Amino acid sequence: MIHSLFLINSSGDIFLEKHWKSVVSRSVCDYFFEAQERATEAENVPPVIPTPHHYLLSVYRHKIFFVAVIQTEVPPLFVIEFLHRVVDTFQDYFGVCSEPVIKDNVVVVYEVLEEMLDNGFPLATESNILKELIKPPTILRTVVNTITGSTNVGDQLPTGQLSVVPWRRTGVKYTNNEAYFDVIEEIDAIIDKSGSTITAEIQGVIDACVKLTGMPDLTLSFMNPRLLDDVSFHPCVRFKRWESERILSFIPPDGNFRLLSYHVSAQNLVAIPVYVKHNISFRDSSSFGRFEITVGPKQTMGKTIEGVTVTSQMPKGVLNMSLTPSQGTHTFDPVTKMLSWDVGKINPQKLPSLKGTMSLQAGASKPDENPTINLQFKIQQLAISGLKVNRLDMYGEKYKPFKGIKYMTKAGKFQVRT
Amino acid sequence: MTDSKYFTTTKKGEIFELKAELNSDKKEKKKEAVKKVIASMTVGKDVSALFPDVVNCMQTDNLELKKLVYLYLMNYAKSQPDMAIMAVNTFVKDCEDPNPLIRALAVRTMGCIRVDKITEYLCEPLRKCLKDEDPYVRKTAAVCVAKLHDINAQLVEDQGFLDTLKDLISDSNPMVVANAVAALSEIAESHPSSNLLDLNPQSINKLLTALNECTEWGQIFILDCLANYTPKDDREAQSICERVTPRLSHANSAVVLSAVKVLMKFMEMLSKDLDYYGTLLKKLAPPLVTLLSAEPELQYVALRNINLIVQKRPEILKHEMKVFFVKYNDPIYVKLEKLDIMIRLASQANIAQVLAELKEYATEVDVDFVRKAVRAIGRCAIKVEQSAERCVSTLLDLIQTKVNYVVQEAIVVIKDIFRKYPNKYESVIATLCENLDSLDEPEARAAMIWIVGEYAERIDNADELLESFLEGFHDESTQVQLQLLTAIVKLFLKKPTETQELVQQVLSLATQDSDNPDLRDRGYIYWRLLSTDPVAAKEVVLAEKPLISEETDLIEPTLLDELICYIGTLASVYHKPPSAFVEGGRGVVHKTLPPRTASNESTESPETAPAGAPPGEQPDVIPAQGDLLGDLLNLDLGPPVSGPPLATSSVQMGAVDLLGGGLDSLIGGTNFVAPPTAAVPANLGAPIGSGLSDLFDLTSGVGTLSGSYVAPKAVWLPAMKAKGLEISGTFTRQVGSISMDLQLTNKALQVMTDFAIQFNRNSFGLAPAAPLQVHAPLSPNQTVEISLPLSTVGSVMKMEPLNNLQVAVKNNIDVFYFSTLYPLHILFVEDGKMDRQMFLATWKDIPNENEAQFQIRDCPLNAEAVSSKLQSSNIFTVARRNVEGQDMLYQSLKLTNGIWVLAELRIQPGNPSCTDLELSLKCRAPEVSQHVYQAYETILKN
Repeated sequence: MIHSLFLINSSGDIFLEKHWKSVVSRSVCDYFFEAQERATEAENVPPVIPTPHHYLLSVYRHKIFFVAVIQTEVPPLFVIEFLHRVVDTFQDYFGVCSEPVIKDNVVVVYEVLEEMLDNGFPLATESNILKELIKPPTILRTVVNTITGSTNVGDQLPTGQLSVVPWRRTGVKYTNNEAYFDVIEEIDAIIDKSGSTITAEIQGVIDACVKLTGMPDLTLSFMNPRLLDDVSFHPCVRFKRWESERILSFIPPDGNFRLLSYHVSAQNLVAIPVYVKHNISFRDSSSFGRFEITVGPKQTMGKTIEGVTVTSQMPKGVLNMSLTPSQGTHTFDPVTKMLSWDVGKINPQKLPSLKGTMSLQAGASKPDENPTINLQFKIQQLAISGLKVNRLDMYGEKYKPFKGIKYMTKAGKFQVRT
Repeated sequence: MTDSKYFTTTKKGEIFELKAELNSDKKEKKKEAVKKVIASMTVGKDVSALFPDVVNCMQTDNLELKKLVYLYLMNYAKSQPDMAIMAVNTFVKDCEDPNPLIRALAVRTMGCIRVDKITEYLCEPLRKCLKDEDPYVRKTAAVCVAKLHDINAQLVEDQGFLDTLKDLISDSNPMVVANAVAALSEIAESHPSSNLLDLNPQSINKLLTALNECTEWGQIFILDCLANYTPKDDREAQSICERVTPRLSHANSAVVLSAVKVLMKFMEMLSKDLDYYGTLLKKLAPPLVTLLSAEPELQYVALRNINLIVQKRPEILKHEMKVFFVKYNDPIYVKLEKLDIMIRLASQANIAQVLAELKEYATEVDVDFVRKAVRAIGRCAIKVEQSAERCVSTLLDLIQTKVNYVVQEAIVVIKDIFRKYPNKYESVIATLCENLDSLDEPEARAAMIWIVGEYAERIDNADELLESFLEGFHDESTQVQLQLLTAIVKLFLKKPTETQELVQQVLSLATQDSDNPDLRDRGYIYWRLLSTDPVAAKEVVLAEKPLISEETDLIEPTLLDELICYIGTLASVYHKPPSAFVEGGRGVVHKTLPPRTASNESTESPETAPAGAPPGEQPDVIPAQGDLLGDLLNLDLGPPVSGPPLATSSVQMGAVDLLGGGLDSLIGGTNFVAPPTAAVPANLGAPIGSGLSDLFDLTSGVGTLSGSYVAPKAVWLPAMKAKGLEISGTFTRQVGSISMDLQLTNKALQVMTDFAIQFNRNSFGLAPAAPLQVHAPLSPNQTVEISLPLSTVGSVMKMEPLNNLQVAVKNNIDVFYFSTLYPLHILFVEDGKMDRQMFLATWKDIPNENEAQFQIRDCPLNAEAVSSKLQSSNIFTVARRNVEGQDMLYQSLKLTNGIWVLAELRIQPGNPSCTDLELSLKCRAPEVSQHVYQAYETILKN
């Protein structure tokens, strides 16, 4: 199982190590550093690195490498999933997950890691339970602890740990009982030069924030559950009920959690809400190129597209760009050759555009590759797949909760080739 | 106030300061001090000097302080074993605490203290905790058994903890079950032989129940454990599959992949006609696709596994091509994997789309990725015949970009396309030749040279092109040198008149100026061939090449089946069985897919055994391109078991027609200068025939006239049973022909005439190759010796025992029947020497069940003697190794019906007390092993 964990920052310093079995010398990370050097960018460091006696499995998040050391045959996905869970937990505890924050809270981090694994076996990874075992630091609590001498380690057995609903603690009390659900869909798409869709798919999630007293039993039903043929559930969802009735029935964890994630695949037609018109041309034997892009709405079901940003990695031969946007602001970094244009809202009457010229390296031949345009956008109150929640009911408790559902569509990896 | 304050140091010296604080009376100050110690520890500072002071803080009712001290203990106990004993008392006390959290914490921590002395004290508390009323304590104790086992395995076994652990599999709490399974699996990994996880339908049922209720991590352990079970029939397999399928919808990708493993493995047992089989196939696709929308690290592992799944069951993802399209900001390791799967999924239906994508990728920035994309286009052309033309034109477009590495990759793949579709796309050669100068990578140069040589007759200036390469011959890599040699010889055979000088030049460069043995040998072979028999040379060098198969880089089927059993593990990421890389090679148990067993069929029927595809359907696996290039000559390519290599026959011809000067006919009048004898190594000297055979390692075939061992004649048919005719005989094998040496004696009072002989059908198809010829009538008391040649093309029937031969002999008096056993070594053929590489691969490939072990007693021979003795009976030593004073001989032999038998013979020389040889035989038809062993014994003892 998982032997040790090293946290490494982007400049290659090990700033935290934790061993669950015998101590593994940190020199094992040298193999990681070698791989890091070979990979030009941090993102390209391979996630599985063999060394003579160990295997290093890593994830890269928040500019930190989380490197797990294993010695025997262990499912790598198990390790990687766990590492991501560690990162999520840190984020949950400290708000952000960064080197200074981890260093500031090193003892809590250490305690949490100790609770998460025992001898390399996962012990408590649900943040609900962890927070009962080790309370997250808050300014107020630190003050209280110093005055009263109490600690931030719970001395009660976490109540949920062994019940049939390990994800929920007992005795939850709220004065305002509320349950909010966010249906968030991300479109991943590749659009080719001519504007036709090469692949498009939707990754959807339903994130919930449930603050309900007692042991509520919820059911959530959809207008069009057939859309969901490829789903992953939170362990609280009763799978049998979904199989037979297509209804989500569950006792929710307390607080924030991801109820469901789903995938609407390329087979079904995916509506593409924006289009990009582009004209990027380099001419041979000229030190100038022309650049023009326009963004416009396509299938938006009458909703406004906002938060639009356009980024593009220009070819190495581009020295500088002189562009004028019809709205928003743009920047071009001549070192990284990254162009980014913060467009804002799209007004269908007056389409935003960015026009101008590029100055190219004199004498060099025209660049081989064409830049790919990356698009970000948001559409409120729309789930682009058409998924709609029908109703939410609560059983098992007497009070009337406040319920709310929000929809949002975002661009995931949305790329337009030119 | 943050923890960073713990890192501040003072001038007096940190350790000193901390020591004082740890011994402070104030609780709060103590706790702060311990925190500082922990903080220093986490960043790797050595604070072990504070051990006694920290341990003193352990006796406290403050849980946080206790936990902190425990953290410290776990880290440093090993370096201070004597001090660590101080802590034992507290542990024992804590294990009795009314609070289950403290009991669990104590049992958890003490397992982490890796000090031998302490472990004994911990057995009693652990035993109690394993039977604790609180499941939280039990589940923690289960893991503690695994920890203890890691420190002192013997102790765990002696104390009976393993049995207690096994009992916990039936615990009422699913979390306890999951942890018990996890602990047992970990222990089992270090003891593969122990039958710890003894799975039966009852325990499986318990696991399946626990599966629904335990945590996600527990589900992984249970699923991985389930995958090791072999259901007794298809019904059981189906019912397990049905209960595992819901796990495919889990949010944890490791759970999903472990579930996929169980399903892929058990599917093997289901009949394809079953409705359920189809449903299951459909259910597998969406979760696999979903894995690809996870974080890149997870994607990578998923993709490596999908690569295996696609090879095993391409139907699952055949409609999902698009999800493997590459996004430009995917990490490079994801891009390369996606590309690989795209090619595997490419078919006529989607090839247009795939090609458009690949062309797009070929203009990207990342060099490795671009190269692989170009290569992928070539692989598509080879895989989907209809698309070949499109692929070639795409490649030509890419060559026009003149981007150096794109051009080189394109040329390498075009060479493969030429081999797959000969005489179809040669019109592009002109374009290729234009780029000759820009090639600087050996592989591309070699490919280009191969093309020029192969199509020399269509390229007007082929000689000039090749000559230009020849200038820097010694600076080229071996790959290019070999290729250049072959190409020029090809050119010479095609256009002998103009290129004689060139070929002389390259031959002398290869044989005289090079110290690379491969190159030199190939040079000599060509030289001899050209000087002895140019016609044969033409036949050899310009022989038609076998087509390359369509699918490249396929994993070999038995390995694939094994890897399917390891889905989700490191083995699946590396595409190697765990035995190939697991630390220390602790005897890893080979896993195989379960055979298909229908519930209504008898489970004993032997036909159900092989799990893989029947041999006829197995796709040919061609080696990676790099290996191929070196072998383009095809002298040693060809399918694995295809009789004698092409070269043998033609060379034998050459040897007969020594220096026959047939060259004149080829080059019309010009004299070809025979190679100077000075350049010929000693053994190539005067009798050139023997030199030649040496060169080809034909010693066994041509040289050994002595033949294999012949047993003395034995009486087969006593006179009293055959009305006075006595027959005794034996079997011999000489220079490739088998014969039956008979001695017929007339013990009757009348003359015998009209002899004839016939064999019943037998295991190896032995039959008389000629009639039994007894020239004169056999008068009373006369004896005649006859040698009856045998062939092995008669009809075949499996006999019991295998080497039983039933013979009928007729004469003018009556027909007589007798049966005899022939020694198997008469069936060992002369070309039974296997190439080393092939030997290794075959040895690995034959399942371990087929291995048979024998002992040959009292055989005081050394390795050389054994080897030469066996060689004369066509048992060839492929390799020899000395391990710890023992000689290991690796040998191969082939039977007349093409069955290969591989042997490992262990000899202990210089040990007079131990003269036994140990023989392990591996063969795909294990029933011959016994007889091969007997043959060994007979040969070695005579």
